[in-house]
Amino acid sequence: MAKVLIAVLLMAVVTYIIRVLPLAFFRSQLRSRFLRSFLYYVPYAVLGAMTFPAILYSTGNLYSAWIGMGVALVMAFFESGLLRVALGAIVSVFLAEWVIRLISF
Amino acid sequence: MEDMALETRNRFWGTDFRTGFGQGIPIALGYIPVSFTFGLLAVKGGLSPWIAVFISLTNLTSAGQFAGTNLIITGATLLEITATTLVVNIRYILMSFSLSQKVAERITLPERCLLSFGITDETFTVASMHKEKITFSYMLGLITGPYWGWALGTLLGAMICSVLPETLQNSMGIALYAMFIALVVPNAKKSRAALAVVFIAVAISSAFTWVPYLHGISQGWGIILATIAACLVGAIFFPREEE
Repeated sequence: MAKVLIAVLLMAVVTYIIRVLPLAFFRSQLRSRFLRSFLYYVPYAVLGAMTFPAILYSTGNLYSAWIGMGVALVMAFFESGLLRVALGAIVSVFLAEWVIRLISF
Repeated sequence: MEDMALETRNRFWGTDFRTGFGQGIPIALGYIPVSFTFGLLAVKGGLSPWIAVFISLTNLTSAGQFAGTNLIITGATLLEITATTLVVNIRYILMSFSLSQKVAERITLPERCLLSFGITDETFTVASMHKEKITFSYMLGLITGPYWGWALGTLLGAMICSVLPETLQNSMGIALYAMFIALVVPNAKKSRAALAVVFIAVAISSAFTWVPYLHGISQGWGIILATIAACLVGAIFFPREEE
């Protein structure tokens, strides 16, 4: 139990250090157009890299994950909002796995 | 003089906070299925519901705390747990740095220290796409909802854990990624440069997953390398016009 608590606190501390250092101590405005462009693209690149291919392994099987991803992409394209896209993906994966199980019997 | 003080105060608790809070609500709601999944997995792995909630309150990370908690459950060493958390979360350095360029100059050090705790993939994305400079009260408003949404979802998942059928539990694993998609797509479809950066990042992280030899790189470092490479391409081929 004590070890779990220590582990959790260590996780919290390293995570906080990573988050706080640049914002707390880097104060000047970058002049370089190159660096400013670089930083502008960070959210797009991070989210892209985190989502794919990890999303394919996030459910019970590959096919349901592809279906869930497809549904999320379409809903996001029509700007459904975070909650609805998340729920839409969950429901479509759930249905897909149900159908897959029916077929395989 | 008094008018100015009043105006400052209004700005603090008034419009800016409310704007941020409003923008945080969809994030908070989106977090609930994701942190629900986290609470569920933690308790299924043998942790108490309170520890699960405590992890969410102190860590406030998606992928990082999933990975770290998984290691706790499997009995890994403290060094392994800490190092993995560091690597999975190291992308926050880039986000924090990126935000340092966008916050209003007058934000003080204690304010910066408080706000940086609330940097997540989602709050960062919303804040960086916000049209104006980031003030303390705007950012505080933005992170308030998601912080409590994340904790609440964890609590619900930890409590309801055993009631849900296994198949539904499996399906919830996709929630985190669906939320990422919901954040990126609406903005990327308006900008071909951003779309290109997304595709490059996806291609590189796929290479780290599937190409032999590259495969040995951990998920956290893979994300960092893919991000840096994709942003380099973006900055070289699609430099931003000065505002």
